[in-house]
Formats: sequence, C-alpha cells, structure tokens
Amino acid sequence: MKLLDEDSRFLEGDVKETMKSDSQRFLAGHVRDLPKSGIRDFFELVSQMTDVISLGVGEPDFVTPWHIREAAIYALEKGKTSYTSNYGLLKLRRAVSRYVTGQFGVDYNPDHEILITVGVSEALDTALRAIINPGDKVMYHEPCYVSYNPSIALAFGEAVPVETSAADQFALDPAKLEAAWTPGCKALILNFPTNPTGGTLDRPRLERIARFAVEKDLLVLSDEIYAELTFEGTHGAIASLPGMRERTIFLHGVSKAFAMTGFRIGFACGPAPLIEAMMKIHQYSMLCAPILSQEAAWEALERGGDSVARMRDQYRRRRDFVVRRFNEMGLPCHTPRGTFYTFPSIAATGMGEKEFAVNLLREERVAVVPGTAFGPCGAGFVRACFATGYDQLTEAMDRVERFVAKPSVCHV
Amino acid sequence: MNQVLQLLLDGEKLTPEQIGKVAGLSRGEVEKEFRALEERGILLGWRPVISPNAELENTVRAVIEVKITPEREGGFNRLAERIARFDEVESCHLMSGGYDLLVFARGRNLHQVASFVSEKLSTLEGVLSTATHFLLRSYKEQGYLLDVTGLEKTRPDVSP
Repeated sequence: MKLLDEDSRFLEGDVKETMKSDSQRFLAGHVRDLPKSGIRDFFELVSQMTDVISLGVGEPDFVTPWHIREAAIYALEKGKTSYTSNYGLLKLRRAVSRYVTGQFGVDYNPDHEILITVGVSEALDTALRAIINPGDKVMYHEPCYVSYNPSIALAFGEAVPVETSAADQFALDPAKLEAAWTPGCKALILNFPTNPTGGTLDRPRLERIARFAVEKDLLVLSDEIYAELTFEGTHGAIASLPGMRERTIFLHGVSKAFAMTGFRIGFACGPAPLIEAMMKIHQYSMLCAPILSQEAAWEALERGGDSVARMRDQYRRRRDFVVRRFNEMGLPCHTPRGTFYTFPSIAATGMGEKEFAVNLLREERVAVVPGTAFGPCGAGFVRACFATGYDQLTEAMDRVERFVAKPSVCHV
Repeated sequence: MNQVLQLLLDGEKLTPEQIGKVAGLSRGEVEKEFRALEERGILLGWRPVISPNAELENTVRAVIEVKITPEREGGFNRLAERIARFDEVESCHLMSGGYDLLVFARGRNLHQVASFVSEKLSTLEGVLSTATHFLLRSYKEQGYLLDVTGLEKTRPDVSP
C-alpha cells in the first residue's frame, strides 16, 4: 500500500511546520525544544478520516452520572459563579479529606494539607515547579502518561525514566529503579495503575520502593488517578506506608473514576509546607479551579460511589473481552489489573508501532495509539482503550484480527 | 451474574454472535444459555422497548389501584392471578400501603380501558374498589429517556 503524504510525515515524526517565521526568536529555548506529543500528530491523522472506530481515546465513554451533572446545574441556578478560596471550596476539601481517608487510609487536614487543582495535570505541574531547582533529577517509570517528561523539562528538571516491561506486566521493578538512581535525584513520580499499560504495583514492590525512597530521601509524587479502576486486589497508596506520608504528594482527581474529564478537577494532598508552596504557584497562575466543577466534584466524592462501581464492572467485562481477543489473534497482551487501557505487543506483525497504527487506520479504520507516544520503551506496542461500547469493541476487534491475518502484513 | 444475562441487561443491541464473542462462547452456546434462562423462568420473553409516547395502536395506558379481599387459603394470590390473566393487564403487583394490587392496563382507547375496569375488574367477587389513573405523558420507560435531545459527542478520537 502506498503511503499518503500525511502518513509519511507522521512516520518520520516530522512536525508540520506551517509558519516557521522569525517570530520563533521570541520563544524560550526550553519551550522551542519541547517535542509535541506524538498523540497530537496521530489525532490530526485520525481527524481527517470518517467511520473510524477509535480505541485511541484516553477517557471514559460514559457521560458524567446525572446526579453529578445535576449538582453542577443546581450550583449554576443558585448563582455560584464566583472565585473560591485559592485552596478550593472548604466543603470540597473536607470531602476530599474524608474520601482519601476512607479509600486510601491516609489522613489529610482540609485546612492546609489539600489543594484543589485544575485536573491532576495542573497538580503535577505545580508540584514539580514547587520542588525542582534547575538540574534536579526526577525519576519516573515508562511507558507513562505523556506529560511527565515535558512537565519535568518545563520546570528545568532532568528526567530520569526507568523502563517497565511486558515481562513484568509493566509494574515498576524496584531493582531497576535502584539501578537508575544517581546523585541529584530528588523526586519519584509513580502512576499505578498506569496509563498506557494498565500496570499495577503489588504490596511487596510498593513497600520496597517506599523503603528506597526513604533511604535516598526522595519525594514521591503519586498520581492516583486510576486508583478506583483497579479490577483485582485492592489498590495501595504509597502515602499510606510507614514513613511515606511526610515525603509524598498524593495527587488524585475525579476525571477517570467518575467520568468527569471535562470538569477538570484534581487535588493534591501532602504536608502543609509543600501544599502551601504549591498553593502559591496555583494562586498566581490559576487563582482557583472553576467553582461549578468544584461543586460537581463534591457531589461525586460524597455520593458517587455506586456510579463508580457500576462503571468499573463494565470496564472489567470489556477488558476481559479485549484482552482475550488480542491474544487469540496473536497479539500478546497482558491482562491489565487497572485502568481502561490494554497494551498489546504488535512485534509479531513485523511492523513498528507507528506503521501498525497508520496501516490499521488506513486499511481497517481502527485507531490505536503507538506505544512510543508514551516513551521510547513503548516500541513494539500500541495502546488500545476499551472505554467503548460492545458493538464498537466487537467490530474493532474483528477488524484488527482481519488486519493482522493479512498475508502481506508488513506493508511499508 | 450470568454473563449473557448481564450483557442483555446492559441494554446494548447485540446479536447472539456478538454476545458470544464478548462472553467467549459459540453461537450455539449462547442460544443454549438463552433457552436455559427461559426454562428457569428468568428470561420471560423478548420484546422491544417502545416509547409510550409513540402513536401506536393500543396506546392508552392506565394504572389501577385495586383493593381486594384476601382469602383464608392463599391470601391475595388467587384473585391477583385471575386479574393478571386479562389481556388488558400488562403487569400486576401486590403492594404494601393503601391498596393491594397495582395493575398496569392498556387499551386501544379510553373507552376500552374504562369498560375493562367497570365490567370486568370491579365486578369480580372479592374486588372491593378500584381507582384508575390514565397516563398522560411519559418521560422515561424502562431506563430509556424519552423526548430528550440526544447527547452530543464531544470526546476526541485520540487523546492522551
């Protein structure tokens, strides 16, 4: 199959430069050098096509449960349109405190240990800016969410990625973490269950990583955004382990579990001096998270438990189906214990992950995200999200099967 | 819960083949599962969920509160089962509270439902009184919202 121009550009990682004009000279060097997310280029490619079944999404297919939407409408009717405290509504911080204690077993004081942010993305960015001196090293595991590396770079930190692998079900191997450590490492970002792999950490590994963090005096930024979408076993938060609360910034939000991505509400919990430092940045950049979203988040945390359980059950059934189908068609795929992502290996097709994604899109109109969008060690994998209805999932899996069964599967 | 039943209850329109793929069963096994559910009296039948606001025949619906006299043997059952057998009766439930049976009835027109109540239902031995309420407009039917503007798709096809 002949590749179209856009495909070639995508495959070569070429950035579509429209106006490479002199105005570039105004840009800060570290921003100019920041690569665009691989997701973005692929989005452009997909958006030019019709009849695509997309497994390339990174959010729930459920609409926010009605009781939560209704709470936002009610708040609007009551004229709640003002700023809030920089920290966020006190009643929401109290709800966060109760929720985190109940779900994760860690206590935070709503008065000065909790900050409401615009999604976990802002919380992570703010945390990094609050702690990094230029050149400080920040460790994290890859493949991972697309913003970790750039957020560290934007805070003038140095990224220290640690690879995870399919052989390990994409859990972080403490030995690899310890081997990657060098003097100057100040913080460690953890995100389990992980986007894009669905990897999780069991208790012994979590404990060993915690001991390592204490030994090396690392601050841990734990991104818990997929915690509720843990299908087997219970999710353990590292902040709940002995000696960890004082060296952890616990980051969470309502986006994924409550299907509230567009509300943009996250929160950071941690020792008061850290939260206060983050609040200063948040205060001068964001002022506060939108009040309507805060009201909706309060409803979610206080009364949304049943909605979360219902959605989680759906995700688990879809996961079982998608994982089985990938393995049946010869694309080895581990069973993610959390998130709504599968991360099958496409190495057997003889294609690279980008070729695979582009050809699958062109030939069968199914969108998946190349694994390298989440770090170099995602090579040979694609991310396929199962937050989609069964009629679409069954059809998508049939199309992928047809695609990989073609004799001339290596097209480029 | 049985996975086939769960998929049916999720309310997505799936063919037996699709259900089989999701549940990891052959088409024959899915059909067998359907039959087993029917035989066990769990799955009573198959019919589409039609909007009560759609202008079809037999679309006058009423809810009837019925007070009846319980009997020494069987309590309310004999009479409730007798009432339930009328074609006009869509469903019939024994209730706690101010009346005994709640009957959902349907007729071609108001007159037909009225005749059912006055000539058949209220004249039964043991029926003490009836209170009939006609449905004027429906907003939700078996979990499906009616006359509500559809949701707009806003989710991008690819996102991080």
